[in-house]
Amino acid sequence: MLPTVHIGPLTLPTGGLILLLAVWIGLARAEKTAPRAGVAPDQFYNLALVMIIAGLIGARLGYAARHLSAFLASPGSVLSLSAQMLSSFDGILVAALAGIVYAQRVKIPLAGAADALAPALAILMVGIHISALASGSAFGTPTRLPWGIPLWGALRHPTQLYETVAALLILLAIWPRASAGWAPGVRFLILAALTALARLVLEYFRADCITLAGGLRAAQLAAFAILAVCLALIPRLQKKS
Amino acid sequence: MKTLPKYWTLISIAVLLLAAGWIAFTARTAPQGTQGRIPAPQPGFLAPDFTLATLDGGSLRLSELRGKPVLLNFWASWCAPCKAEMPAMQRVYAEYRDAGLTILAVNATHQDTLSAAGAFAADRGLTFPILTDVDGSTGALYKVRALPTTFFIDADGNIVDMIIGGPMSEALLRAEVQDLLDEVP
Repeated sequence: MLPTVHIGPLTLPTGGLILLLAVWIGLARAEKTAPRAGVAPDQFYNLALVMIIAGLIGARLGYAARHLSAFLASPGSVLSLSAQMLSSFDGILVAALAGIVYAQRVKIPLAGAADALAPALAILMVGIHISALASGSAFGTPTRLPWGIPLWGALRHPTQLYETVAALLILLAIWPRASAGWAPGVRFLILAALTALARLVLEYFRADCITLAGGLRAAQLAAFAILAVCLALIPRLQKKS
Repeated sequence: MKTLPKYWTLISIAVLLLAAGWIAFTARTAPQGTQGRIPAPQPGFLAPDFTLATLDGGSLRLSELRGKPVLLNFWASWCAPCKAEMPAMQRVYAEYRDAGLTILAVNATHQDTLSAAGAFAADRGLTFPILTDVDGSTGALYKVRALPTTFFIDADGNIVDMIIGGPMSEALLRAEVQDLLDEVP
């Protein structure tokens, strides 16, 4: 665990740095493979830029809307650089909507745009799990297995490592060379399906999960729904083409 | 163009059935959770207990504040971001004190001096308790690696959020405090 790094007088959160690095590597790699999905490199970068900017604005406005009275008392805070005042759900939603609108305006096929983004998203997933390992979040349940890691007062399942390995395998599976020949949009759906499947399986080992009535884990139910939709859509797209 | 496996529909149904079975099987062994049981300086865990002297000569134990939300801030008088966020903390404290909020500002006295900490608090008119971590043991207990570091602790004594570095904006402080107060039964 390494939650912060010290660079001179600055103390920086390791998790945030890893995420920035993952975004940078992801975009750089995806730019090279975007033409195979029918998206020119400059179109891809513009699309990614629009999604990132819209996502950040959406995440901040979403957070502000949920804490309206706090921002009305201190309106200038809406421009604060604080990374804590971001709502990830709203950010992802706004980024996706902005991506769809932009792709339609510049006439990039949606399925191609989604496929072009898939490698970047897969690399980002790897970064998210390594970032969790650095910060000690997304921790596992106690275990007596020999590979348990000492964390937060117990030997625990290294869930962050399990999820990192799963994300790396998914990255290999959807890498453009491995997924050549699939119909437009299928690469993205396979990424979503495999990510959902990994979450569904590995959630069992997480100690910080949200449980519903009957001990059901919320993340597993959401992952099941995503998996079912993807499995139904894949043959339709493949047939269409 | 690649083709899907011949029995894609059957494979899909099998995968979904296995997934549903796994969800049902794992639901029988829901984790106990960490809240209220294991003390650790991390969101989702019980805030580690400590007793520290206050700047005015008294002493204060964290667990005695159970039932009230607590904002626990580690700071030093030489730390620029700490200085920058203190006025907002004072304003938030003045506004929410009557609603039950407690702010504990733990001075990293082993890296500071009592006189500097006292002068700082007096100069800025801070009215919340200033605690003195003379030997650094409380900072070590909370694994504080940077100043300021702030923990938001709910009325049950669990850490809800942690912010490393600063200065925190006033809206962030208000939002976190309002969330804590909303959870108070």
